[in-house]
Amino acid sequence: MLSITHYLVLSLALFTIGVIGVVTRRNVIIILMSIELILNAVNINLVAFSRLFGDVSGQVFAIFIITDAAAEAAIGLGIIIAFFRNRETVLADEMDLLKW
Amino acid sequence: MFDVITFYLFGGLAVVSAILVVTARNAVHSAIFLVTALLATAGIFLQLHAEFLFIVQVILYVGGIMVLFVFVIMLVNLDVAARQTQFNRMWPFALLLALIVSGQIYAVVHYAQKGISDPLFQVAAAPASALEPNSELIGQALFTQYMLPFEIASIMLLVAMIGAVVMAKRKV
Amino acid sequence: MVQGLYEFFKPHLLPLLYAVVIVAVLPLLAGYVVLLERKVMADMQARLGPMRVGPHGLLQPIADALKLLIKEDIIPESSDKWIFWMAPLLSVTAGMLAMAALPFGPVFQIAELNVGLLFILGISSMGIFGIVLGGWASNSHYSLLGAMRSSAQLVSYETAAGMAVVSAVILGGTLSTRGLVEIQAQKHIWFFFLAPIGFFLYLVASIAETNRAPFDMPEAESELVAGYMTEYSGFRWALYFLAEYTNMIVVASLATILFFGGWLRPFPNSSWANLFDYVPMLLMLLVGGYSLYRAPKQPVAIQKMVMVAVAGLCFVLALALALPQFASAGSLLASMKPGLHGAFWFLLKVGIYLYTFLWLRFTLPRYRFDQLMKLGWHFLIPVSIVNVFGVGIAVYLSRSTDEGGMGWSVAASVALTSVITLLAAAWLAKKGEHEPAPPATPESV
Repeated sequence: MLSITHYLVLSLALFTIGVIGVVTRRNVIIILMSIELILNAVNINLVAFSRLFGDVSGQVFAIFIITDAAAEAAIGLGIIIAFFRNRETVLADEMDLLKW
Repeated sequence: MFDVITFYLFGGLAVVSAILVVTARNAVHSAIFLVTALLATAGIFLQLHAEFLFIVQVILYVGGIMVLFVFVIMLVNLDVAARQTQFNRMWPFALLLALIVSGQIYAVVHYAQKGISDPLFQVAAAPASALEPNSELIGQALFTQYMLPFEIASIMLLVAMIGAVVMAKRKV
Repeated sequence: MVQGLYEFFKPHLLPLLYAVVIVAVLPLLAGYVVLLERKVMADMQARLGPMRVGPHGLLQPIADALKLLIKEDIIPESSDKWIFWMAPLLSVTAGMLAMAALPFGPVFQIAELNVGLLFILGISSMGIFGIVLGGWASNSHYSLLGAMRSSAQLVSYETAAGMAVVSAVILGGTLSTRGLVEIQAQKHIWFFFLAPIGFFLYLVASIAETNRAPFDMPEAESELVAGYMTEYSGFRWALYFLAEYTNMIVVASLATILFFGGWLRPFPNSSWANLFDYVPMLLMLLVGGYSLYRAPKQPVAIQKMVMVAVAGLCFVLALALALPQFASAGSLLASMKPGLHGAFWFLLKVGIYLYTFLWLRFTLPRYRFDQLMKLGWHFLIPVSIVNVFGVGIAVYLSRSTDEGGMGWSVAASVALTSVITLLAAAWLAKKGEHEPAPPATPESV
């Protein structure tokens, strides 16, 4: 039978893979995609607890997180396009304008 | 029984797709694997009897956000980037740190399992009828209890839209 | 154990049968819709259309399918082979998957979803991926530009279509497709009469959603070669076209379910409108009679035989439709009446909607891409928002006086809010009229 631990471990696995993607990859777009993975892991967690306690608030919070992720993806990709127009690169290592 | 099979199916698909997202060389392949991961997550939502969230995930995340990602990847034209090294110089150290953090979280989950046979923790024993009818309940909660966050979320979306338009214009 | 397995699968056997029927019939149906389109195009251009392959061109789709199957499969050299292979499959899968939540009759539905309407909208938005990835995988500039234009168009009109659908959902109070038809049966009226502006918004948005003329800039023959389909030849191209015609059928079915009562006759369940029950068999008799009348005038013997066969088929169908009508109530024949008559009404409405698509394709000139985007964002979305307001206010005003049937207060409030929406639409159209033409060298695509 499925206990809450199953969903927590699944959520943790996705979260870990997302974090590894954010800290390891050079390509900024793939970093953004890993952030989406992290947000999805949190969503799974919320919905699993919502089912456990029979409270719909978890699902409502998950809807807000999805909305938030949409806004953040739009702005993040806008920033990437603006930067690409100026510097012709999407690699995080090469975005070093503020380095001394 | 059916619940368990669908959980492992969608869960396994989500984890495998997530690993492929993070390790793919080509950004478009990465995006396609993320679509698969998001659809698997939607499957998990459906398995938890959260049908409205399942369909919202498909419409918004897959049909909206991922289309945006694929658009931007094509605009940015990453042929050159695909031939360079994909992982930054500190990757072993970063991997180790991420694994340590996830190990700590797993330790919390593991030690909280003391009363795991307690029916309080059995998701399968939790009656799904408390969440039905799903769309109506979410609608009621969104428009009565969570009205203020709902309005703030719509203003946030408006701000994001204006910001994206301003950033994309060549001359402001 | 076999007994246990059988018990486990038993509720899924009938939907599986429906699914097999739909997947088997759909490519044939899409092929014959292509033939119908060519015949209607020919009719509007005062010629005959395909007449050579089979009598009256009836075997043309089969010949086309055979030709496309045996054509050489050309894959561009530096394309991404895996994505090139997968993209048409994505489009076709999205189109066919949307058929799972559509009720084609009182019993013919694969999956009764509580959120069936949103499911169809969501799966249609997944079809965009097939286009975008197909254009990118071709590794050609024209394909990429065509794919971006097409997907930008689809995304823009998806919002307008969604909000037009919301106006029907407000009237119905449920997201389930079968539930919406049952509410229309309860209220004895089609939602088209309660939300006509929503229907016209959905009509325009659905034409843009399926990339049909006059919104077919991305795939028209003289623009950008063929858009995202440029590098696809043979059966892959046929898959894209199958996806497009499947989308047309899905969109037409959704419009009939939402606005025209699905499988219900006009003014369902009202005893004063029982005359409408005789329409199916009269229509079939009319078509059969006309075929018989034209049969002696055919020049070739086999065409005469085909016309007589068509007439015979129509008479048999008229008999099949008449028997449940005149059989005694409660018998087996009478219980088949909702199914048979429902199938007839559903196919008739979908056919009329598809005919409107074809009619508009061969009548209206094509929109330029910036005009298309301006129409979507500056006109359709504001009007659909005002429409949602209007329908919401109409439902709220008539809620207290509605006894379950169609009260006259609904009609009055709907008329008032429709007038307001039309005024808003007229103002928007006037405002967009004197825009200067875009500069000759556009800054971005």
